[in-house]
Amino acid sequence: MRRFTQHPYAAVVLLAAIVIAIPLATSTTFYLRIAALVFIFALAVVGLNLLMGFAGQVSLGHAGFFGIGAYAVAVGPTHFAVPSWAALLAGAAIAALLAFLVGRPILKLKGHYLAVATLGLGILIAMVFTNEARFTGGPDGMPVLRLELFGWRARTPLAWYWISGVTLIVGALIAVNLIESPTGRAFRAIHDSETAARTLGIDVARYKLAAFVLSAIYAAVAGAYLALFDALVTPVTAGFLRSIEFVTMAVIGGLGSILGGVVGAAVLVLLPQVLTAFHEYEHVMLGLLMMLFMIFLPAGIVPSLMRLMRGRS
Amino acid sequence: MPEFLQFFFSGLTVGAIYALVAVGFTLIYNASDVINFAQGEFVMLGGMVTFFAAAAGVPLPLAALLAIVVATAVGLLLHRLAIEPARGASAVSLIIITIGASIFLRGISAIVFDKNFHSYPAFAGSEPWKIGGAALLPQSVIVLLGAGAIVVALWAFMTMTLTGKALVATAANRLAARLVGINTGAIVGLAFAVSAAIGAIGGILMTPITLTSYDVGTLLALKGFAAAMLGGMGNPLGAVIGGLAVGLLEAFSAGYISSAYKDAIAFLVILVVLFAMPQGLLGRAAIERV
Repeated sequence: MRRFTQHPYAAVVLLAAIVIAIPLATSTTFYLRIAALVFIFALAVVGLNLLMGFAGQVSLGHAGFFGIGAYAVAVGPTHFAVPSWAALLAGAAIAALLAFLVGRPILKLKGHYLAVATLGLGILIAMVFTNEARFTGGPDGMPVLRLELFGWRARTPLAWYWISGVTLIVGALIAVNLIESPTGRAFRAIHDSETAARTLGIDVARYKLAAFVLSAIYAAVAGAYLALFDALVTPVTAGFLRSIEFVTMAVIGGLGSILGGVVGAAVLVLLPQVLTAFHEYEHVMLGLLMMLFMIFLPAGIVPSLMRLMRGRS
Repeated sequence: MPEFLQFFFSGLTVGAIYALVAVGFTLIYNASDVINFAQGEFVMLGGMVTFFAAAAGVPLPLAALLAIVVATAVGLLLHRLAIEPARGASAVSLIIITIGASIFLRGISAIVFDKNFHSYPAFAGSEPWKIGGAALLPQSVIVLLGAGAIVVALWAFMTMTLTGKALVATAANRLAARLVGINTGAIVGLAFAVSAAIGAIGGILMTPITLTSYDVGTLLALKGFAAAMLGGMGNPLGAVIGGLAVGLLEAFSAGYISSAYKDAIAFLVILVVLFAMPQGLLGRAAIERV
C-alpha cells in the first residue's frame, strides 16, 4: 500500500477508478451533473497547481484564461459559424498565446507584485467580456450552442460526465508526466530558490513561462467545457472571485498534489450544494470555512491525509 | 479647461479614498507581512454602521464614532481569531484567509443590514462651489482634508510617540524589535485596529458622495491593493501617491477615453508601471537570500 501511494502515477489510477466507479454507484442526473462540475473545475485547478504548487508562482487572475475558453465556444459558433470543437481549440490557443506574450514580463515580478499583476490581467480580461456587448452580450452574458461531434450532440449530464472525467484523467496524466520529467524537476528547483536554480543552469524565465502557458491552456479548456455544459456564459465566469475560487481549491486540496486539486475542487463545488439548506448564510459559511481550512489545515487536505497515513504504517 | 478641472476634482476625491485603503494595507503589511483583502470591508462597515445608526435616531457624529468603534473591534477580532492562529502560514494561505474574512463580513452585513444602497446627507451641505467653471462638492473637500489629516496624524504617531516608533521598529525587523523588548504581537494587533479605523473613516467620509452597500468593499480592496503596489508595497508615502494616482487615472480615462474601460485603464497603467519598475514607484529592490 505504501509503495503504491508513493508511486507518481497512483493519483491518476485512483482518479480513473473514481471516474469509473461513480456512474456504477448512481445514475441520478443531479449527482452526475455535480460530478461533471467537479471534474471541470478540477481540470483548471490541476493546471493551476503546475504553476503554483510546483513552479511556485501565484496567479490571482486565472479566471481570465478560463473566461477566454468559455467565450471562445460562445462567440465562435454564434458569430463566426465555427464548430464548437474548433472554437474550443482556438480558445485554448488564444489563452496560450496571451499567456506567452504577457508571461515573461509578469513572471519577472515576485510575491505580492506578481499577485497584483495577475489580478490586474484577470480583471482586464473580464472587463473586455463585460464591455464588448456586441459579441459577448455584455453583463448579461450569452447562450452557448451545444457541442456537436460527427452529428452527435452532447447535452445530457451523463455525456458531460464522461467528457469531463476522461479529459481530467488525461490532464492529470500529462501533469504527472511533466512533473516526473526534467521540466518538473526544474519547476521544483525554481520553487525552492530561483537563485539556486539559476546557479544550476536552469533557464528560470523559460520554465516559469512554460508553467504559466500550460496552466492557461488547462484553464481555457476547463472554461470551454463549463460554457458548453451550462449552455450559458456570463462575465462572472472570468471574474475576480472565480480566480480566488481556483486558488482556494488548489490550496485547500493541497498545493503540489495532483489529487489535492481534485479534492479541493470537490470541496468548493459541493459546499454550496450542502449549504443551500442555510440559504441566507451561504456566503457567511463559505468565508468561515475558507478561514478554518487555512488555519487548521494549512498544508491542504491531501498532503495532511498522506502524512497521517504514513505516520500510522 | 473646466472639463479638465472637473475630472481633476473627482479623481482627487476618489483617489483620497483609495489612498486611505492603501495606507491601511501598508500598515498591516509592514507590521505582519499580511495582505489584508478585508481592508475594503472596513470602509463598508464605516458607511453602513453610520447609516443604520443614524437611521435608528443616533445623531450623525455619534453614529460615525460608533462606526469607527465597530470597525476597530472587527479589525482586532480579525487579527485575534483569524490571523494570529495562522501564524507561519504561507503568503497564499494568508491571502485566502483575508479573502475568506472579507466574504464572511460581506455575508454578515447583508444579513444584519440589507442589500440596498444607502447614503446620508453631506456634512457641509450639497451646494457645489464653482471653481474655474467646474463644480466642487463641499464633501469632496472634506474627504480630501480628512484623508490629509489622517496621513499627517499617522506620520506624527509613527515619528513622535513611543508606540508609533515600536510599530516602525516591528515593521523594519520583527526579531530585532522583540529583542529590544517590544511586544510585537500587540503591535500587530494595533496595526489591524488602526487600519480598520482608517478604513472606517474613509467609508464615513465617502458615503454621501459615492453611496454605500454591503458589497462596496471588494472593488475598493482591489483598487487600494493596486494603489499600494503602484506606490511600492510597504511605503506609506507611496501608498498615498499610488492612491491619488489611481483615482486621477480613473477620472481622466473615464472622461477622455471611455467610462466603460476606466477600471481597465487604471489596471493597465499599473501593469505597465510594474513591468518597468518591478518594485513599484517608491519601492526598494529586494534581494533574495539563498
